Amino acid sequence: MKRRTFLLGTAAVAGGLALGYRVWSAGFDAQAAALAGTGTGAGALLAGWVKIGADDVVTVYVPHADMGQGTHTALAMMLADELDADWARVRTERAPADKAFANRFLAQGWVLQGWQLPSFLTSTVGAGFAEAARFINLQITGGSTAVRFTGQGLRVVGAAARSMLAEAAARRWQVDAKTLSVASSVVSHPPSGRSARFGELAADAATLTAPSDPQLKARRDHKLIGRSLPRLDVPAKVTGEMQYGIDLSLPDMLHAAVRSAPVHGGKLVAIDVAPALKFDGVERVVKLESSVAVVAKSFWQARRALDALHPVFDDGGNGGASTRTHFDQQARMLADGKASSVHRSGDAEAMLKAAPADRIVEATYRVPFLHHAAMEPINATAQFKKGELIVWAGEQDALGSKAALAASLGLAADKVTLHALPIGGAFGRRIAQTSQHLALVAEIAKVVSPRPVKMIWTREEDFAQGAYRPAVSTYIRAALGADGRPTAWSQVYVDLAGPGRREGYQIPYDIPAQSLNVVAGKTHVRTGTWRSVAHSQHAFYTECFMDELAAAAGRDPFEYRRDLLPTGSRLRKVLELAAEKAEWAKPLAPGAARGLALVESFGTIVAHVIEASLGADGSPQVHRVTAAVDCGDVCHPDNATAQVEGAIIMGLSAAIGEQITIEQGEVVQKNFPDYPLLTFANAPPRIDVHFLASDGPWGGLGEPGLPPVAPALANAMFAISGKRQRILPLTAAA
Amino acid sequence: MINLTVNGQQHAVDADPDKPLLWVLREDLGLTGTKYGCGVAACGACTVHVDGEAARSCSLPLRSVAKAAIVTIEGLAASTALPAGQLHPVQDAWIRGQVPQCGYCQSGMIMTVAALLDKNASPTPGEIDSALGNLCRCGTYARVRKAIQSLVAKA
Ligand code: FES
Ligand code: FES
Repeated sequence: MKRRTFLLGTAAVAGGLALGYRVWSAGFDAQAAALAGTGTGAGALLAGWVKIGADDVVTVYVPHADMGQGTHTALAMMLADELDADWARVRTERAPADKAFANRFLAQGWVLQGWQLPSFLTSTVGAGFAEAARFINLQITGGSTAVRFTGQGLRVVGAAARSMLAEAAARRWQVDAKTLSVASSVVSHPPSGRSARFGELAADAATLTAPSDPQLKARRDHKLIGRSLPRLDVPAKVTGEMQYGIDLSLPDMLHAAVRSAPVHGGKLVAIDVAPALKFDGVERVVKLESSVAVVAKSFWQARRALDALHPVFDDGGNGGASTRTHFDQQARMLADGKASSVHRSGDAEAMLKAAPADRIVEATYRVPFLHHAAMEPINATAQFKKGELIVWAGEQDALGSKAALAASLGLAADKVTLHALPIGGAFGRRIAQTSQHLALVAEIAKVVSPRPVKMIWTREEDFAQGAYRPAVSTYIRAALGADGRPTAWSQVYVDLAGPGRREGYQIPYDIPAQSLNVVAGKTHVRTGTWRSVAHSQHAFYTECFMDELAAAAGRDPFEYRRDLLPTGSRLRKVLELAAEKAEWAKPLAPGAARGLALVESFGTIVAHVIEASLGADGSPQVHRVTAAVDCGDVCHPDNATAQVEGAIIMGLSAAIGEQITIEQGEVVQKNFPDYPLLTFANAPPRIDVHFLASDGPWGGLGEPGLPPVAPALANAMFAISGKRQRILPLTAAA
Repeated sequence: MINLTVNGQQHAVDADPDKPLLWVLREDLGLTGTKYGCGVAACGACTVHVDGEAARSCSLPLRSVAKAAIVTIEGLAASTALPAGQLHPVQDAWIRGQVPQCGYCQSGMIMTVAALLDKNASPTPGEIDSALGNLCRCGTYARVRKAIQSLVAKA
């Protein structure tokens, strides 16, 4: 790992040690201390990142939302390992949505290591990205960043705290710190037999200066990192005690049910509110620009009364749009060639022109809008009191959402407080750019001020008002040389995300001439970031088309890819591991076949081999998925496996049957019955995840397991039937 | 007022007889472990036990369960003869198998499995699949299966 210098700062609270990453301005230290200091009695705050109490409890402040990725545990392990803390006394807390807790490790990761900025972040941080000071606002859960960036930073904080505790003991006992040993939250001096608990040393340690470059442990010395410790969040999730945003209850709280314009961008034109007011419990009907809300004593009462209303919305001029017009427009854009270049090497166009027609392969692919469909529907609670807004919500990017909310309501940032709560799944839905639900609940809260109001979207509203994975398409051409290897690849793809950093289009194979181009499409439909963002479509395009090339060359798809990757490269090793573990060459029963795909995303390389057959109706039946993963080091192998398993299931679910379609400008799908998620009955009986330990930098894990799923399955279906499926979902054309 | 027996306790509930049990549990009794996912009996997040059977509480009007014995995730462990404070074997298996991710679907999942195993201590994989119509967006199916198998093997 690259050697880095970290600046560390201390802040003492109630007689203890406080340490963390140096804040950008001195005021934040005190602010962080004030916010966290109230947590567990007389304790010490380690600059917003770790607090050690007199009772030895080590509290790690995690700037990421808990939405099921197990990162709270993994991050706490990374810090506690370097600290040599007793794991039984380690707790985690979600860092408050306050600047003092802005995630500087995330900023560091992108700025200093030159990581590509995921496109969903560009509008959060604005154009001057390289300016480190701007990152003060980052507290994002997304881009698979937690362990990669935050975790590495927390290790440094842990190591620094350990050395300060040891130094405090050395001074107290008048001995050389080098003669001390630290284990299980105890500092001891073997020659004299003296020892002291962390809690006894914390206050003294707080008076010391943090080391500027604390020593991280070597991999072989890790005691926690690399172990599958029971996750800290699991017990509350099996007893029903976990409190998600939807479970919040406040004194005097009202409940709201809402309906917004079904054609995105539409406005409320007319409504007769009288029918709702006849129902028990209804307090009022709130008319907003694009929505109507019924506020009642309970959610069920609000919802029932809302169902009795017949609001009239206009369509904002988009009532003629449909899935068909959407893709027709894209087909014209792909055909007319007015695209801008995102990558060019060699002269692919000239080579394609010169190639004989029978050496050219071309194809068009397309993918649908997808809904996040997290199991917890969108909800949020807000209270407007004396010009101040308090919001309780499960948000992936609490700071960004708070800033967006303040801006949209015209409030000063210090008049808005956001309490971030655990989320029942988000997958990219609950980020600042698509947090319109927060503005909505805030508007309702204004009207019912000073009472708090909890808004829950019905599942139907959650479907209608999503922020979908863009429905996009591509056109690709390639020329094959005499040996069957691709010599030129020319591609134009539609991007709906608008300006900003683009990702996922890179081709990992050795193809000398490449011309990759983008054309900006348009839609009135709200789009957003969906697990793995642009990789979710690009992986399908690139890896299916690679399969087409292998077929055209008459080669085995595994060998064809392997021969286009440098010997000894991480990509090639991952591909080989997947093929080996999946027994790629071993014959299968008639009617079954394997397909594979290889994708690098968020710093992690994943190859899937999917074994499938076709059901009577032509739909895919998946028997086995074998995953090979290189994410550098693995902090928590069991949780890492769970993340990849989950991504595989979500990827299969989308590939096989999910699509949001548009008719007359509106989303057609209303609830789970017409948006079939993968069920138990269709889940593959066998998923094996293999990690390839590498010395590569730590990669993400929440998302990278997803992109290779759809192409691997489509390629398996081709291997079975000889019929190439270029449209997702795979059952659409069956 | 409608009398309701939940987790062995009697409650006099002042709610509309049409109100679904799910919302009575969550809003009138403060038992939020039972989750709202779809409201149309399609996801299983709201699963509770009604007279020992797994049932989707979003689609049960209060009036229909007035005479029933209802058990929710909060009362699951106590509904068996286990000593107080001990987890139900299914909850225990869920921890051992580190099943939950976001956890939102898991109350319903656990309630469904507990009812299944109560009736059939060693279900076949096919029986498990058909009893479990619960949706999990985080994709914990493989772990749910493994956790059930660990219980079946024990039985
Ligand atoms: S909420 Fe009852 S089945 Fe989905
Ligand atoms: S664990 Fe998140 S929906 Fe099942």
